[in-house]
Amino acid sequence: MGEITYRQALHDCLREELVRDDNVFLLGEEIGNFEGSYKITAGLLKDFGPKRVVDTPIVENGFVGMATGAAMLGLRPIVEIMTINFIVPAMDQIVNHAAKIYAMFGGQCPIPLVIRTPGGGGQQLAATHSQNLEVWFAHVPGLKVVAPSTPADAKGLLRTSVRDNNPVIFLENLALYNVKGEEPPADYLVPLGQAKVTKEGADLTVISYSRMAAVALNVARRLEQENNLSIEVVDVRSLRPLDHATILASVKKTNRAIVFEEDWRSYGIGAEIAATLQEEAFDDLDAPIKRVASLEVPLPYSKPLELATLTGSKQLIEAINELAPRRRRGKQ
Amino acid sequence: MDTKSNQQTDVPGGASAPEKIRAHIIEREDREKLLSYYHQMLLIRRFEEKAGEMYTKAKIGGYCHLNLGEEATVVGFCAGLEPDDYVYTNYREHGYAIGRGITPGAVMAELFGKETGCSLGRGGSMHLFDIHRRFMGGYAIVGGQLPLATGAAFAIAYRKSHEVVACQMGEGTTNNGAFHESLNLAKIYQLPIVYFVVNNLYGMGLRVEKGSAVSEIYRKACAYDMASWRVDGNDVLAVRDAVRNAARLAREQHEPSLVEAVSFRFRGHSVVDPDRYRDKEEVQQGRAADPIITFAGHLMEAGLLDENGVREMEERVQREVDEAVTFADDSPFPSVEAFMQGLQEYVYAPEAAAEKGA
Repeated sequence: MGEITYRQALHDCLREELVRDDNVFLLGEEIGNFEGSYKITAGLLKDFGPKRVVDTPIVENGFVGMATGAAMLGLRPIVEIMTINFIVPAMDQIVNHAAKIYAMFGGQCPIPLVIRTPGGGGQQLAATHSQNLEVWFAHVPGLKVVAPSTPADAKGLLRTSVRDNNPVIFLENLALYNVKGEEPPADYLVPLGQAKVTKEGADLTVISYSRMAAVALNVARRLEQENNLSIEVVDVRSLRPLDHATILASVKKTNRAIVFEEDWRSYGIGAEIAATLQEEAFDDLDAPIKRVASLEVPLPYSKPLELATLTGSKQLIEAINELAPRRRRGKQ
Repeated sequence: MDTKSNQQTDVPGGASAPEKIRAHIIEREDREKLLSYYHQMLLIRRFEEKAGEMYTKAKIGGYCHLNLGEEATVVGFCAGLEPDDYVYTNYREHGYAIGRGITPGAVMAELFGKETGCSLGRGGSMHLFDIHRRFMGGYAIVGGQLPLATGAAFAIAYRKSHEVVACQMGEGTTNNGAFHESLNLAKIYQLPIVYFVVNNLYGMGLRVEKGSAVSEIYRKACAYDMASWRVDGNDVLAVRDAVRNAARLAREQHEPSLVEAVSFRFRGHSVVDPDRYRDKEEVQQGRAADPIITFAGHLMEAGLLDENGVREMEERVQREVDEAVTFADDSPFPSVEAFMQGLQEYVYAPEAAAEKGA
C-alpha cells in the first residue's frame, strides 16, 4: 500500500462519494472555479459540473442553512467552510437548526449533512484565522464531531460521515493537509465514535485528536527511543460521540493520563476527558490527569509570540516528564 | 411574467376593493371553495381562541403565538399552493398547520405536549411539523426558516422536480441577515420558492417603520431582482391569488418571488403579552376590519351564505374545536420511561435510510 497525503485522502473520498451517490453534492466558498482555498476540491468542478460542485457567495449562515434544508429533502450535502473561524456566522443554522430538527420534530426528518472545515493555528494568520472551536460543536447533542489525524482516518471517517444520517462536523487541520500516511484500502470505513490506540505503551497514556494526535505519536516514538519511556497514544478521532471504553481501558492499564489539545484549556476537550476519567477510573489513577493546551489568549501574529502561545511537542514532553513514573523520567 | 423589480405591484395601504371582490365571487369562484375558505378561517379563529383559553388553564406551556386576525392571510396562503408543495413557517403557525391539512386534534395535542401531537409532543406550539403533508416546520429563531426553505427549494431544483417551497415569515424578519442571504441565494440559483411576508405592522412591540428602513416590505425584493407583490392580508382571495401567481412563477420558471400580505394581529405578540404598546384606536380599527366577518358579508351579499349557514358553520367549527381539545386531553403524554431508555434514538437518526420528504 502506498502513501498518500491528508489532502489527497479527502479529495479521493469526495470524488468517490460523488460517483457513488447522486444525492451527494458539494457546496462552499471557492470550491469550484478557484478549486478550493486549500485545493481539497481541485478538479471536481471540471469532472462533476456545477450541479454537484456548487460555488456559494460568502454567506455562511445562508449556505449552511441551505444545505440543511436540502438535507431535509434527502440530499446529502457536503459543505466546506473555508476555515473553522468562518463557521461562527453559521452557528444559528448549525446549533439551532441542523442539530435540532430531527429530535424537535419527533424524528420525522433526518439531516444527512457534513460540514468539513479546517481548524488550527501556526500559520501566522493571527487571532481570527487560527482558532480551534471544535468544543462548541462537541457540546451540542444532535451533532456528531470527528477530527482525524491521519490520511487513512480522514478518508475512512469522511466516508462514514457522508453516509451517516445526521449532521457531522468534520474537523480538518491546516497543518495536516500536506502530511503523508498510509493509503487505506478502497472503500475503507472508520466508524464514528471509535477511538484508536495508535501506539501501545505501559507508562502513561496521551489522549489527543486531530493534529495534536499526530504530534503526540511522534513524541511518544521519540521518547521511547531516547528515554526508554513507554507511552501509549490514544487518538480519540471522534469528539462526539466520545469513545469512553478505549480511553478507560488505556488509562486502567497505564494509570496515568495526559490530554493534549490545540484548543484553549478551560472548558475544553481535555476538561471533558479528564472529568470522564475521574468519574469512571478514579481508583486506577496514580497521579492527577494533566491537560496540555494552548495559552488562553487571542492568537498573536508575531512569530515568536505565536510559537509561545500554541502548544506543541515541547509542552507535551514537559508534561510527560512531570507525570511519568519517577524511575522512568527523562532528563530535561 | 416579467420579473423585473419595476413590475412590483402595490395595493396602496393594503386596502382592497370590495366591489372587485364581490365581482370575483359571483363571476369566477366555485361556491364550495369559497365556503371552504370561510370554514377554514372560522376554524382557525375558534381554534386560536380555544388555544388562548387552554393556555390560561395551563394545559399549554411555553410560548404561544396566535393567528387571531390573520386568518385570511393564513387561509389565502394555503389555498394558493398545491398539496405537494412544501411549507416552512415561523413560530406563529397553528393556522398554517391546520390550513395545510394537519388535523386540529394533532395540533392541539402538540400544544398539550402529547404523544399524538404532530411533532410527538417534542416541539410544542412553535415547532409543528408533518412530513407527510410537507409541513416542514415552525421555527422560532427569527429568520431561521429562510435558509432551510431555500435549501428545500435547492433540492427540488437539483432533482428537476415540480414542487414549490413557500416560506412564511413576519415583517420583522426582513431586517435580518438570513432574509437577505436567502433571497440572494434563491435568485442566483434560480430556486422555486415563494417568500411570504406577513406584515402585521409590529415585530413584537416594534412598529414596522421604526424597525425597517423600508416599511413597504415588498420593495426589498428589488435588491435581488425579484418580482414582488403587496396585497391586503384581510382579503383571502387576494392573498390566494398572489401566492398562486408567485407559485406559478416558481414552478414554471424557477423564479423566486416575494408576497407581502398586510395583516393585523388582534392580540399581543403572544398569549401573555398585554399589548400595551399599540394605540387602543389602532387596535379597535384593526379588529373592526375583521377578515372573517367581512368575507361572510361578501358571501351573504352574493347569496352564497345565509344566517342559517353562518350558524351551521359556527356549530360545525365549535364541534371540531371541541373534538380537538377532547382528543388532546384524552391522549397520553410521551412515556418518560421510553424516553429515558431511548435518548440516542431521540437525538440521532438511525443508519438505515429513513423516510424523506421527497
